[in-house]
Amino acid sequence: MEEEEDTRDFNERCAQCSEVNWGLTDGGRYYCRSCHNVTERTREVVNTDFMTNSRVQTISKGSRKQEKTDGGCEWYVCEGFQLILKKQAEALEALGVCSQMKDEVLYSFWRCYLQKSKQAYCNRPAGETVKALSVRESSTDVDSEPERPSLLHLLSLSESEGDLLTDCSFASSMSKVSESTSIYSGSVDGSLYLMKNQKEKLRMTMPTTLSFCYMALLWLREPITLSELLRFVVEGHIPYLNVFQHFPEKMKLCGLDLKIFCVESWPVYEEVYNKMLELAVFLDLPRFPDITDSCFLHPDMLCIKYLMEANLPDELHNWTCRVVKKIGIGEVDFLTLVPGNKSTRKVKYDILAAAVIVVVLKLLFLLDDHYEWLLSDLAEERNKNNKEGGLYFEFKKWYEVVKHSLDVEQKKLDEERAKYLWRCEKPLFYSVKNKSRVLKRRQMVVNLQNQFGKLSGSVRRAEKPNPSSFQLRWSEENTDGSCFHGHSLKGILQEKCGLLTAMNPDYWLCTVKLCNEKLCGHLAHYREEDFPQSYHFVLRLFSFLLRIQPSYIHDEVCMIEHKLFNKKLYKKLKYNTVLRK
Amino acid sequence: MDSFLEEEEDEEAAVGRKRSPAAPAGSTLQPPLHLPFLPVLLHQPASSHENKVNFKKSKEACLSYIQDAMLQKQWKRAAEFLTFYVESLEKDYSREPISPSEMIWRIGTEILCHHSHSSMKEFNCFVEQMKTLGVKRYLKVCLEHVFHLLCNGQIDEAYQNLSLAESWRFGEQTALQDKEMKLIQAYRGLLDYYSWSKQKNVLLERGLDGFADLSVEQEMHSCFRKAAVNLKEIIKIPGVWDLFVKCYVDLLEFYGDHNEARQVLNEYAYNSKFPANPNAHVYLYQFLKRQGESKKSVISALKILHDIVPSHELMIDFNTMLQKSKKRKKRRLGLEVIFAALDYAGWKENVKAWSCLARQVKQIVISEKHLDWIKQEWNSRKDWWPAFHFSRYLAKRNWQENKNLSYEKALVAGILLGKDGKYFKYVSHQGCKAQVKRFRILKKFVNRRNPVYLRISGLSDSSVQP
Repeated sequence: MEEEEDTRDFNERCAQCSEVNWGLTDGGRYYCRSCHNVTERTREVVNTDFMTNSRVQTISKGSRKQEKTDGGCEWYVCEGFQLILKKQAEALEALGVCSQMKDEVLYSFWRCYLQKSKQAYCNRPAGETVKALSVRESSTDVDSEPERPSLLHLLSLSESEGDLLTDCSFASSMSKVSESTSIYSGSVDGSLYLMKNQKEKLRMTMPTTLSFCYMALLWLREPITLSELLRFVVEGHIPYLNVFQHFPEKMKLCGLDLKIFCVESWPVYEEVYNKMLELAVFLDLPRFPDITDSCFLHPDMLCIKYLMEANLPDELHNWTCRVVKKIGIGEVDFLTLVPGNKSTRKVKYDILAAAVIVVVLKLLFLLDDHYEWLLSDLAEERNKNNKEGGLYFEFKKWYEVVKHSLDVEQKKLDEERAKYLWRCEKPLFYSVKNKSRVLKRRQMVVNLQNQFGKLSGSVRRAEKPNPSSFQLRWSEENTDGSCFHGHSLKGILQEKCGLLTAMNPDYWLCTVKLCNEKLCGHLAHYREEDFPQSYHFVLRLFSFLLRIQPSYIHDEVCMIEHKLFNKKLYKKLKYNTVLRK
Repeated sequence: MDSFLEEEEDEEAAVGRKRSPAAPAGSTLQPPLHLPFLPVLLHQPASSHENKVNFKKSKEACLSYIQDAMLQKQWKRAAEFLTFYVESLEKDYSREPISPSEMIWRIGTEILCHHSHSSMKEFNCFVEQMKTLGVKRYLKVCLEHVFHLLCNGQIDEAYQNLSLAESWRFGEQTALQDKEMKLIQAYRGLLDYYSWSKQKNVLLERGLDGFADLSVEQEMHSCFRKAAVNLKEIIKIPGVWDLFVKCYVDLLEFYGDHNEARQVLNEYAYNSKFPANPNAHVYLYQFLKRQGESKKSVISALKILHDIVPSHELMIDFNTMLQKSKKRKKRRLGLEVIFAALDYAGWKENVKAWSCLARQVKQIVISEKHLDWIKQEWNSRKDWWPAFHFSRYLAKRNWQENKNLSYEKALVAGILLGKDGKYFKYVSHQGCKAQVKRFRILKKFVNRRNPVYLRISGLSDSSVQP
């Protein structure tokens, strides 16, 4: 009967006979009563007694509580995140970001966050749940007297619990609470952290730490884009995965702490970006410093970088600048982030610049799997006849050279992804109960790694590569002609009334109608097979450079096109409807 | 509205017809952009999906790299990727059909078997770890380990491992792995049989010298007992146990327990719970033959074999046996058997088979009785045998490679396809040219018997009957 009680909550089907008829083994594992299959799932001990009591868990002022029996100390989730942010800021500093970022900008953002989320630096720390007391630098700030919770707040508590919320009773309830929480988490508030209804607050997560970093970088207009930041994270230059191993010995992680600090996926561009926007609003930040045309993040600047990396002729920069100017995406007001201003679309600088280049390539070469090859043949012909002077840009040659490098690098990247080691030396266990099992597994993994490492022939992964903002490198010093930076576009331009225009008279739009980004999440939709291969290749190239899905670049391309062709398109659609009538 | 107007102006400047080219205000050296035309048809693309790199995806990719490497026998590369895959042991995948630990066991075994730098010591070390990793397949891992040891000639180690596995107890897990336990015991029985037969040979050799060793004999008998117990157990369970059955029967026959042996073999061949197994009938046939049993029981054993595997090599013996029979029905069956055997490509150039067929067909033609048997057999084959057996190309090749074969085949072809058949025509022509006597006789025989061909092929039926 008691067992039935215990297995009630586990109602997945058995993997072997798909019955739902579970029993518990002595070891606390579930086994199937029908086919005797034993799962590796163990019963999670949920102490319901604690749950009712949890809301009283309020922390008083004063010094850190005495050490717990296991040699750990009391610590709070926000302290963990603070440590992580510190580590990340230090890493960024080592990468050359100015020291202001850590000591002033990120610090004050974090301080502001703690204040706004009522975790610290406020007169009345959040009554309802947790008040983190000491944030290292200034534990005195928190020492202000906790007031009685507001009437509204008291309504949510049972009367008896309400009574407990007096200063003197804190100490006694405190020790009880921390004992029972130790089942759940090493941190004091880990269990509550995930339970809290955080709608009005912004809960810290691992990706959010990167949002903080990016926000600080953006504030300082540091020459680093979000895609670059995320690439440095994946390459290990900025601590992220397993960052908890840098926690001090006394900060023990277990239980729900793992859910908070242990990540098993790489940060996703969109997620970090959107969290950054949310954060900026949450912190009530004013308009960010202007992004002018002398800033690295200005599309004209970023285009230079990406043109170089994509091995495209320098001359194209002239064209990207013209597109930027024509549709006004180089304007300070367009580029500068204004938190909370819903009327403007927020700019992803890296993607925008890449998309501008794609649009320029479309303007000049059309990228319809036909015209670009035609132009390439013409250029080849001219190069043959014209021995002196600069070479004409041949699309075909460029494609071949870049495709080869891209394929090689992509393969390397894919293999690296498959070969990534996610676990660190410091083993984590959910509870003390499965500690020995976890340690045993870890030992076996190490043994097997050694055994097969010896057989693999290649030496263990070399030192991580030095951080570089360029992933593909082309140098004009190479005599093999694989660098196209100096090639001329003359062949594909023509003079018309004293103006240089593209020979190409036509254009195709990626989409006729943009989607509503707020409703559908995308401006446009990308499916590889619907588009010319040259176009896809160009998207793939930038998708590799920025480590984002091609569809994100495609979205931005569509946006630019629509700005560019707005009037023509409008006329045309109108004309079409007139025709139909 | 203002911006709209501005843009209008801008575009006009770009076209550059109304104003001087140098005029566009605001821009320094750059001319404004000239926009190309839009296409007639505009199309709408569809959606994309996200691709997040996480632990699971990364390990899945790793696994597929391992599989690719293994398929291409790149064991070093496979080992390299496996080093990164083993991490997945630390994650709970209990809901997946094949757990990472099983993957690692199977892949690791395969790599260690093939890798040029791996050693038996390394293999043993790996397997010992795998045994502790999954109680649910403990015995399976043990068994595979034993196979590997046997393949490397380490019979004593294998025996030790089997004994160890046999004594393994792990609560209900032991009961769940009942089948594997039976196999473990059976293989131990097999190894007991192996040492029994070794000692038997020793004794037989010494016996010739007139010197018998009592202790060796005793040991041999104890081996027999140990082997017999376990082998007897496994062959009770429906399954394909060729190896075990053969050894067990060998033991029984050696100790003169023929009844038990016969019973075992009958059970193995005829119990419908066992899967259909040609070898079961072969063993029974061989046993019956050794025992000098009656023709009837021997034939019935082979009849079933014929039903299961018409192309079996014993079909020649079967046909010979049936041809000699006095009963018409059996001779009829014999013809069926040999025709059926020759339906298979494996028999195409077998002189023995063709001579069996030639002999029987010739007999029938000479006696002029039962021509309808041939006709019936030929009916279903006449549209494909000529191309399959009797083409001009084959005639040429058979003649060059094997005169005996071409003689037998030509005889059959002559009767079945007449004197104008390609095969017969070529072979008899060549035979006469080479002035070989039997070919000249063959030619005469076929020429004289040509009407038979007409009757067999059904050509004469309509013209003769009325």
